Parts: sequence; structure tokens; C-alpha cells
Amino acid sequence: MNQLPRIVLTGIGLTCPLGNDLPTYRESLLAGKSGVSLFPVRNMGDQPAGVCDFDQTKYQKRKEIRVGTRAGSIAIFCANEAILNAGLNLDELDSSRIGIYLGITEHGNVETETEVCQLFDHYQEDVKFWTHHHNPRTVANNPAGEITVNLGLTGPHYTIGAACAAGNAGIIQGVQQLRLGECDYALAGGVSESIRAYGIFAGFKSQGALAVHEDPTKASRPFDQGRNGIVVSEGGCIYVLERLEDAQKRGANIIAEIAGYRINSDGTDYVLPNPERQEECMRQAIENANMKPEDIDLVSTHATSTPQGDEQECKAVRNVFGETGNTLVNNTKSFIGHSMGAAGAIELAGNIPSFRDGFAHATINVENLDPACTVPGLVTGNAVEKEGGINVILNNSFGMLGINSVLILKKFDA
Amino acid sequence: MDKQKVKQIVLDIIAEIAPDEDLSDVKSDIRLRDQLDLDSMDFLDIVMELRKQHGIDVPEAEYRQLESLDSCANYLLPKFEASATA
Repeated sequence: MNQLPRIVLTGIGLTCPLGNDLPTYRESLLAGKSGVSLFPVRNMGDQPAGVCDFDQTKYQKRKEIRVGTRAGSIAIFCANEAILNAGLNLDELDSSRIGIYLGITEHGNVETETEVCQLFDHYQEDVKFWTHHHNPRTVANNPAGEITVNLGLTGPHYTIGAACAAGNAGIIQGVQQLRLGECDYALAGGVSESIRAYGIFAGFKSQGALAVHEDPTKASRPFDQGRNGIVVSEGGCIYVLERLEDAQKRGANIIAEIAGYRINSDGTDYVLPNPERQEECMRQAIENANMKPEDIDLVSTHATSTPQGDEQECKAVRNVFGETGNTLVNNTKSFIGHSMGAAGAIELAGNIPSFRDGFAHATINVENLDPACTVPGLVTGNAVEKEGGINVILNNSFGMLGINSVLILKKFDA
Repeated sequence: MDKQKVKQIVLDIIAEIAPDEDLSDVKSDIRLRDQLDLDSMDFLDIVMELRKQHGIDVPEAEYRQLESLDSCANYLLPKFEASATA
């Protein structure tokens, strides 16, 4: 690990239900404000959901928006914002040295569902009315590919399918490709358009894992006794990653450094989590970072507000951090719901300002803490300022088919 | 239905599929691709919208008949008239 190039984060672009830039998003997190609202879902009525309201025309022509996908628009917005934030001028760079690595939970459901519904509702299932845009919209590399078309980038691009561990997985892929020398700049993170496919909601509902609450802002309530499921959200977050040496050479503003990571598999079930493998994943990421559990100041949990999943993750977090005495634990989904393939990247972003302000944002909507979710250092109610500041964040992101990802970020210290 | 109406139908479809284009001064006798930012996929969209909105089918071998507003009007008018009397 020590001999590998150090990788730093030099730009962030995001859109999430709490805003389209990090300062706005962070302000709401510290203020304890939910971003969840009601959203009309085909065949299912209004559902609590996390909806983004970024200006699609800021970086795309209206024709591009029509031809492309929502995930593509989210990706394009985030990529452009990240490049601006990193202070990069694409005209001065070799576009073949910029790689794009985006995590996705799924892609193509929205486009396929819409086309099938139109065909059944309006065209008597006659396939001559099926759009020729279907295949370029639904190929799995679509969101990453749309960035290359929008910006004229010619380096490698692809998506990483990793269920809801994908946000971390995209960043990890970017780190690895930089270390391999496959690119000089990695645009890495995750995106999701999932709120526009009713099948996602219906699937969670059939599974007994879709959040129901009369007040949408209280529907996502990880660790609370009254939690009853997931609030599906859309969003995206893309980081500019660089090798430290390159970033320093160009005088980049270094936001944070990648300290370590790990991805593993449960190998046990399609849906049910496995706390033993989650614990193993966290411990191996900490080892990869040459750290100990007590070095972690803040754990950003994955918990999605499902009865079983939250309890299992808490067990794993307790086992790793229960004795450190100084680790804070929070959850961002309580604010914005579950942004699926973007979740890991967006949730990490919301916590990054803690390196500067020293606060751990809270977990909101915990009115009656489930005893099974008791974790030392769990921040509920209001944001907490950590004595000694926050220097290391461990970000959990887990997904179906038993994929676990853990990313550790540290405050940059030259 | 007359040729002018057919041209307007085609322009309305182009306004949907190429919303960034200024359609205020499209010349009828000049190829659409020479005066607007339209590619082959856009012409497939024009064909699809004629089918969806007006029940007009344009076989692939006859796509070139849609190259200008004049050629569109000449080619599509009989189809619209046949469709109206069907």
C-alpha cells in the first residue's frame, strides 16, 4: 500500500434532494432538514422520494436531454460541476487521459419501463412504435458514456454495477485506475435515476421494504423503532481524483486523501445482509489504510431504514467500533433517502466538510431509538462537534447480492 | 389538407425533436440537414412521430423523400389525404 501513489480528491460535483452543490447540501445536513418529498410514481400514486431539481440545461442542449437519459443528465451535471470545482480547464488537458468510472445500482429500468408502458397503453403492443433510442439509452455504460459525448472526452469510460455499494465502488475503481496509470484524472462516483421506475418501488413494496409514513420527511428513519423501509431517491456525485504528485504540481486545492478501501462479498443471500462480512469489510479497509478502529473519527453508515438491515449493520459497527470510545456514527439517508448507486458517493460528500468544521451531522427522525440499533457514538437529533476535530471518515455502502464496500477518507496532510 | 399544412406538421415535429433549433426561417427548397442541426437519428425520430401522431408510415427506402420541406410536402400529402379518406 505504501509504495502505491497517494490519491487525492480535488473536485466535487453533485446533485441530491438537498441541493446541487456541497455548501447548500451541508447546510441542510447541519440544520437537520429533510430533503424527502412526495413524488408521483406510475401505478403507485404519490410516494416519499428524494427528488433532484438541478438545471438540466446548464450543461446540455435540450435535444441532448431528449435523446439521453435522466441518469445521463445527472452524470453530466455532476461531471461538469466537479471539473469546475477542481479548477480544471479541459481545453488545456489531454482528453484521452481522463477516465470516467461511475457506480450504478441498475440502469435501463426507467427507459425500458417507459417504452413498454407506452407500447401497451397507446400502441397495442405494436413494436414498430418502439424507439430507436432504446439501446443507447439502456446500455449499462450510458451515464458514463453521456459524459464523454457531452465533454468530448476520449479516455476510458464505463460504469460499475455494484448494487447500492456502487457509489464507493466507482470511487475505488477511479483510485485503482489512477494507480495503474490508466488515466491522469478520474471522474469517479455514482449516479441514480431510480425514482423514475415504478418497478423499483414495487419491488421494495413486495419485499416489505418500502417506506410508508404520512409525513414524507419522516419516512426515512434509520435506527428508529418505527422504521419500515426505504425511501428511494435519485442523485449523483462525481469526484475528481488525481495522484497526489500531479495535484501538487498543478497547485490543486486538495480536499481530502483516499486512505483505504475494501470491497467484499457475503456469499450468502440475494437480499439479506451479512453482518460478519460487513464487519470483515470494515476491518480490512482499516487495515488497508494502515489504521486501527480508534483512528476512525466518523462512520457514515449505509443503513437504509429497513428493520433488519439497520440492525445488522449496527451489530457490525458495534463489533468494530464499540470499544474505541471516540468514534462518532451517523446516517445521511435519514435526510435524503436512499440514492441507490449514488448513495455511497453522495453520503461521503455530505460528511467531507467535517474535516473543516469539525461537526458530525446527525441522524434525523430517530424519535425512539431501536435498542437493537444502539451504537456508541451514534449522533441523533442535532449535529455534534467532535473534540479534536474529524480527521478520518469511514464510509459504508452495501448492496444486494451481498456486496459490501468501505471507503476511508482522511483529511489531507502533506 | 394541403402542402402548406403538411410542411407545418413536419416543422412542428422538428420543433419537438430538435428543440434548440430556430425554425423561424426554414427554407422549403433547401435540404433540412443543410440548414438545421439534424442527424440521421433525428430523421428516424421524424419518421417515428409521423407514425405515432398521424399514422403515416414512411418505408426505409423512401426516407430520402423527407430531405426538404418541399419534398416532404410532395411525398406526404397523398399519404395524409389517403389517411383522411381511409
